[in-house]
This record gives sequence, structure tokens and C-alpha cells, in this order.
Amino acid sequence: MKYAYYPGCSLEVNSAAYDVSVRAVAEELAIELEELDDWNCCGATEYFSQDELTASAVVARNLALVDPELDQLIAPCAACYLNLKKTDHLMATDPEMGAKVNECLAAGGLKYEAGRVWVRHLLDVIHDDFGEVAVRDKVVRPLTGLRVAPYYGCQVVRPLSEGDCTEYPMKMDRLLTWVGAEVVDYPCKAHCCGGHMTQISEPQAFELIRRLLANAAEAKADMILCMCPMCQLNLDAYQSRVNGFFKTNFQVPIVFFTQVLGLAFGLPPEKLGFGKEIVPARPVLEAKLSSAPAGAGA
Amino acid sequence: MIQHAIATRGSSFLQEVIEHTPGGERIVHCLQCGSCGGSCPNGADMQYTPRAIFALINADEREKVLTSNTMWCCVSCYFCTTRCPQKIPITDIMYTLKRLAIRDGLAKDTDAPALAKTFTDLLDRYGRSFELGLASRFYLFNKPMALLKMGPLGLSMFSRGRMALIPKRIKKIEQLQAIIQKARQLGGRS
Repeated sequence: MKYAYYPGCSLEVNSAAYDVSVRAVAEELAIELEELDDWNCCGATEYFSQDELTASAVVARNLALVDPELDQLIAPCAACYLNLKKTDHLMATDPEMGAKVNECLAAGGLKYEAGRVWVRHLLDVIHDDFGEVAVRDKVVRPLTGLRVAPYYGCQVVRPLSEGDCTEYPMKMDRLLTWVGAEVVDYPCKAHCCGGHMTQISEPQAFELIRRLLANAAEAKADMILCMCPMCQLNLDAYQSRVNGFFKTNFQVPIVFFTQVLGLAFGLPPEKLGFGKEIVPARPVLEAKLSSAPAGAGA
Repeated sequence: MIQHAIATRGSSFLQEVIEHTPGGERIVHCLQCGSCGGSCPNGADMQYTPRAIFALINADEREKVLTSNTMWCCVSCYFCTTRCPQKIPITDIMYTLKRLAIRDGLAKDTDAPALAKTFTDLLDRYGRSFELGLASRFYLFNKPMALLKMGPLGLSMFSRGRMALIPKRIKKIEQLQAIIQKARQLGGRS
């Protein structure tokens, strides 16, 4: 099955581990990803905070670029996913706004028919379209003994969740169980990582990050698995600053769910972006997985 | 019925917020239950929780609302929106308040508008975000002392190949800029 693919800016550089592992896992499942040609930034939350029409038009250019032969678009970043989905939704439910957005697109020789593209997250595609049997069938190295905290963040499960609970989602939990991991109960799994607050108000952001780390540590999780580059960045890159701020000593590796999925599918860690995380995942992977993935981590 | 409810409250600010928010008319159904503030990860830091903001909007307290820190505490996690028993699009209303406060120059005590502007200026110019440019410009002009604290973090990102030194420009940047220019021309609800 072929899908259009929108990596988004984060996956190009700061979360390249997510991009390579998404592509590697997709290939294992025979999901063909066709990257949008010349896609642009979705504007994150920053454009919508200033100008709704420009924000929508900037997002809609990407929807308009989807290959006419394809009708589903995979966006792994939660912010991109929501912006694309919301803009399509806004254009469909508010025809006046839809017409205005198309007037803007026309200035660039483009147009988009609301509702044409189904914006999806890879987690939903794997969970809903492939399901347990197909995923189990791909496992060659079960993640037995690895205790993981599944962290969903906000913007995939709210407000436009595809059939998962907005309070206590379970799709990633189930997927990780299928590949043999031990999934801990993680009450903070859909709580906020602070988003851009790390730039604006550190005390506010650090408290949110602390809660997420503490909750995973209490559950004795070996690592936290993310499905959003912003979440991964805040929990990983700011972990030492958070430790300094609260005089704590968290050492929780933060990686993407696709990275461990790839390990279970038998892919080598160097093809899954391991080693790019700041809190190294290698020690715990070597200790917990019997067929230790040599070379994992920096 | 909704028009009647808006009219009887006699708040022009209520009317303005509704006009600028998709689905904003749901605001008149607010029960003042407070699920929003209780759900908010930053609720404790808000001058007024969303519940109180809605009461102030009903009371036509435009300036009090738009100079408050409430919407700048919002990180778009949508807990309030999905929990609201009256299905009020609260996060979208926060976006509307941000836009109105920026447009009218009322935003106070927050670096959020500066971060947003720096981010979208780079987007307009390159078509992609550029983290090093964003961080260096934003910190230099808004909180230069914080640059010192950010240094080690930047280095650890850079050493793992997680930070680009030069921006990437999309091929058809003129096309994107034409779309943006048209949107600015058309204007519309803030």
C-alpha cells in the first residue's frame, strides 16, 4: 500500500532518528512512503497564534501537493499531523474559509478539495490497518524483558483522535505488547511535555517534564517511547537541565516507538537512529535484550 | 436562540470572540463548571482560568482578558477541549485571544509573541523552520543571558548531528510566498 509522506521539519534534522526508523519500519511492513515533493513547514502552533488564514493557507499548500493518485498522507510529527488534519477539517466544515484558503492557494497555482486527503499517524496505520497478526508475524527479536512507558503526548490523541481514548489511549500499548515488550501502566501517557514552553517559561515546562520522568521512573520503566519529536526533544535534551533545576537524578532514555519496533523486526540499531538520543539507550538495551544490539547508542 | 443569547448578554467582546473562532458560538453554553482550568497543565499559573475568562468575556472585560497571561500559558494540549461537557472549542478560543492580543498590541509579560514572530519570519523566508536561527535570534533579542544556559544543550545536539548550521530553502519558495502574500491581502478574522 502506498501513502504520501510528510516528514516535517523536525524529522529532517533534530529527530532524524524518527525519520529513519519510520522509513525502516514502513519498509518491513511493505508500506510504501512517497515523500511530498517540496513540502513546507506546517507552522507548528506559531502561525495559528498570529493569523488564522495565513496559517491555514501555509498548511493547505502541503495538502494540495499530495499526489492525485494517493488519498492518504502519513505525518509522524504530532504538531504537523494535527495542523494538516485540522486545516482539512476547517476547510470542510467552514466552506467560506475553505474558499478563502483556495483563493490563497490559487495565487500559487494550486488548489485543494477539502476532504480529499485522509491525514493519518503511522501508529494508527500500523494498529488499525495491519493489526496484531500482521505485526506479530514480523517479530524476529521479541523485546522480552524490556519495560517501556508508552508516551502519546497531546496532539495525535486530542482533539481529533482516530478511535483511541483521549484520556488513556491504548494503541501504542497494544502494539508494544505484540512485539513482546513489557508495557508499564503510565498514567501520564497523554499529558503535555510543555511544547514550546521550554523556550518561553522554563519553570512551567520543567515541571511538566519532571512529572513525566518521575511517573516513568516510579513505574520502573527502562525507557519512554515517544511518537512526537517535540516530546522527545523536551524529555531528552532538557533532562539534565530538569535534573539540575529540581536536584533530581533521572536517567531515562527517550526514544521513538518506531526505533524499538524496528529492533523487534530484527533491524540493526544503526539503521534505526540509535545513538542520537542524549540520554543513551544503549546500556539498557544491552542489559535487557539477550541478543544485545551491539553498536547501539553513542 | 444563540443570537438571542449573545444579544441579551450585551457584550461586544463576546460577539468579537465568536466571530473570530470556528465553532466559537458554543461559548454561550459555558456552565462555569471549571473542568477546563482543572484539566489544564498550566492552570495554576494562569491569572484567570478559561472558566473565569469566559465569565469576563460575557462581562465585556476586553482589556482585562487580552492583557492577561491566560492564553500565553496555553500549550495547545486540548485537554480542556475534549473534557468540556458543553463542547466549547476552548483551545481555539485561546488561539483567538492570542491573535487579538498580538494584533492590538495588548500582549504583556510574555515572550510568546516574539517566539511566534521569529518562527514564522523564518518560515516565510525559507519555507522550513530553522532551529539554530530561531534559537539564536529569539534568545539574542529577548533573553540574551539565557544563551549561556542554552550553549551546552546546543552543543550536545550538534555533536549528535541533531542541529543544522544553515537553513534549508524549499525549491518553490516564490510559490509559498505568493500564497502567504495573498492571505495577508485577504486578511479576514484574526
